[in-house]
Amino acid sequence: MILAVDTLLQGVLLGGLYALFAAGLSLIFGVMRVVNLAHGDMIVLAAFLIFAIAQAFGVGLGVALLIAIPAMFAIGYAVQFVLLNRVVGRDILPPLLVTFGLSIFTQNGLLAVFSADSRRLSAGGLESASIALAPGLAIGVVPLMTLAAAIVVIFGLNQIFYRTAMGRAFRAVSDDPAIAQLMGVDNRRVFATAMGLALAVGAVAAVFLGVRANFDPSIGPARLIFAFEAVIIGGLGSLWGTLAGGVLLGLAQTIGAEINPEWQLLAGHLVFLAVLVVRPRGLFARGVG
Amino acid sequence: MSLLATAGLTAFYGDFQALYGVDVTFEAGETVAIIGANGAGKSTLLKTLTGLIPAAREAVRFAGEAIGGLSPAHILKRGVALAPEGRRLFPSLTVEENLRIGGDHRKGAGPWALETVYDLFPALRERRHAPSTALSGGQQQMVAIGRALMSNPRVLLCDEISLGLAPIVVKDLYAALPKIKTSGCAVVIVEQDIVQALAVANRVYCLQEGRVTLTGKPQDLTREAIQEAYFGH
Amino acid sequence: MGAGVSSSSSSAALAAPTSRFRVATGTRASFVTGALAVVVVVGLIVAPSFVSRGTLKELFFVLTLIALAQYWNLLAGYAGILSIGQQAYVGLGGYMLFALTAFAGFDPIVAIVVAGVIGGLVAIPAARLIFRLSGPYLGVGTWVLAEVFRLVFAQVKSLGGGTGASLPTSVTNDAWSVKWVAAAEGLRASAARDRLAYWLAVVVAVGTVALVYKVLRSRQGLALAAIRDNEAAASSIGVDQMRAKLWVYVVAGFGASLVGALMFFETARVSPDAAFSVIDFTAYVLFVVVIGGIGTIEGPIVGALVFYEMRNWLADFGPYYLMALGALAVATMLFFPSGLWGAFSERFGWRLFPVQRRLIVCERSGEP
Repeated sequence: MILAVDTLLQGVLLGGLYALFAAGLSLIFGVMRVVNLAHGDMIVLAAFLIFAIAQAFGVGLGVALLIAIPAMFAIGYAVQFVLLNRVVGRDILPPLLVTFGLSIFTQNGLLAVFSADSRRLSAGGLESASIALAPGLAIGVVPLMTLAAAIVVIFGLNQIFYRTAMGRAFRAVSDDPAIAQLMGVDNRRVFATAMGLALAVGAVAAVFLGVRANFDPSIGPARLIFAFEAVIIGGLGSLWGTLAGGVLLGLAQTIGAEINPEWQLLAGHLVFLAVLVVRPRGLFARGVG
Repeated sequence: MSLLATAGLTAFYGDFQALYGVDVTFEAGETVAIIGANGAGKSTLLKTLTGLIPAAREAVRFAGEAIGGLSPAHILKRGVALAPEGRRLFPSLTVEENLRIGGDHRKGAGPWALETVYDLFPALRERRHAPSTALSGGQQQMVAIGRALMSNPRVLLCDEISLGLAPIVVKDLYAALPKIKTSGCAVVIVEQDIVQALAVANRVYCLQEGRVTLTGKPQDLTREAIQEAYFGH
Repeated sequence: MGAGVSSSSSSAALAAPTSRFRVATGTRASFVTGALAVVVVVGLIVAPSFVSRGTLKELFFVLTLIALAQYWNLLAGYAGILSIGQQAYVGLGGYMLFALTAFAGFDPIVAIVVAGVIGGLVAIPAARLIFRLSGPYLGVGTWVLAEVFRLVFAQVKSLGGGTGASLPTSVTNDAWSVKWVAAAEGLRASAARDRLAYWLAVVVAVGTVALVYKVLRSRQGLALAAIRDNEAAASSIGVDQMRAKLWVYVVAGFGASLVGALMFFETARVSPDAAFSVIDFTAYVLFVVVIGGIGTIEGPIVGALVFYEMRNWLADFGPYYLMALGALAVATMLFFPSGLWGAFSERFGWRLFPVQRRLIVCERSGEP
């Protein structure tokens, strides 16, 4: 019984991490209808950035993250403005190919600079801290913080989307780019801001990724797949849905791993495929397609 | 110097030419109607004025400045706003948000803001937080016009606002136009409903197959002349 | 390869008694290509007598890459399906080859073909699943599918589980076709296997190009181009979209499995990570198609040659090599969206494998 509750808890907490991965992806697709295949690699880039900052300046992770967030925003803004804005449009092939090329470029760039060694972000002992809930039942502080961060981030993104002029612009451009222009919206800046925001969120995801487990330049694509599955399970167009999708994925994987450690990833994929069969639009889809 | 004017304006959709050297002018404070059959080029004209379709730089002038080919956002900043054909509200935004986004990028000060737009169209005030898709056609048209007004334009372009609406609804919409005019905005209406258009306009242009075939004041034009200009026979 | 200029191809549907138009696909350049192609194919067939075994392996690599790229191209360029998961079928083909030869005793040549067929069959339910996604999400869906295949095969202990398996000598040395080549050419078994694989690669590559060319010139090809260019319009003229897309996906699955089976016959070893590698079977293919040009037949051939050259140049540079490929792919998409070949052919109007139909206005009716 305790085991079951423990498994569920771990699954939900893992889901928090996946939701963080997915939030940026969901945002970009919502605004630009582009899937950034380099998304996972960008999170890994952020992790290495945080690692490098912490090492170079001898600062704690909190400070490194505070530096990394605007840095990742700037990178996202630049990448969008310089590269992706040229290929956003009706055709889906160019953005997919450009982001795929970007993914390969980023992975190997990280490989060249940091080598293939795995790294870990050190949180000064916090990694092993846990809160005891009941005899034999404890949850880790870091996973809890991860879930909390996911909730805060998604709440924040929703506030931006629904209460600010920029959020209005995001939704308008997503609905009707030509008429949005007519209202004075600069589509290129909107896209770039969305991408910057997505990568800034990626930095938050990265810090939790790096504390929780080892990372190396090659793990980006797997993170992308988790992010993607969380978005699809949760349903396009809803950020809270993405949170739910992440949690469901985390649960699926954790339960699968409990049955057989080799089945962790497969369990997640199978739940994803099951959702595709039963509810192709996702569990909490909203809005126009 | 006219507020908004075109000189030899041509426009193309790919290889298809839609406008053949159109010359029109709009003065401050007047209401101008542009009539013509389907496909005559009326909407195309508005699209070139607002930058949705490319035009030669010198072909369009606003307060003397050549604005042809500028992006819609730049043209909006100068003071030309469009209530587009088919309304084209943003489905993901509520009524109030649709209005707000019209004003998010305004440059000049002016009489139009949320409250004054709601005064103009009281029905919208009650539905301000409804999704824009939940409104009737007439109400959506009000939002489209209000949205354009929120940028405090000096020229308001209205593309086929009566399309698909019941006559009584159209009457209500047109009743609002004089109030817009008194706020200092020039109004250009593109219409297939000739009667309504002529009733409110100071001047009329008629387009046929991409050319201006008639211009003048409504009271000076005979029915035969209009018919000739409209249909070509 | 090119249609003769004097014959009208599928213009029967357009012909009215006094038709003043005919539809043709041939160009003068395509004639030259036809002749060159024959020369090249003959050269490829006799090559083993003249080149080293190492060179044969390189040629094998280029030929299989060309074949994979043609299938990917068919999928993306003509049916608008962006798959970054064709490695699912490549790996499936590889594993089927192993299962069919090692367990069922099939001869490799037969096993390769059957593996292809199996790939095509598996593609049918797979399509039903992932076609529920669209656009870029469909692309990622295909990748997830490949991951599922990889994880599933890693669980199959009889095929080597996570570490993989090697082809037993009963296949690599004693299979009927290998022995035949060994006897005919006077070679040892491993050299014979290389040569056999090479010739099969020639057949597959040439066959694929011919197949794709034929498909695109047929009515299906017109239908596909219509779907790619404008889905709404295509459905309004009665083209059964889902069917056409499914059909293309199945052919692409068949093709990828066929090539996969062939490739793993050549390496004689399969493992989940190698069989379902996204780098080897998607990234490289993408580069080839992007660099060469999407939606044309010449494009992937040009791209494969460019890629091969770059690989030789840069392979020593480790990660910088892939960085360069990534950057090149990005740059090409930004500045030459129709690829290098595309830019070239647009500039000069050349079509070596003409599949566009040109409307030719005749001076008088009845002109041949």
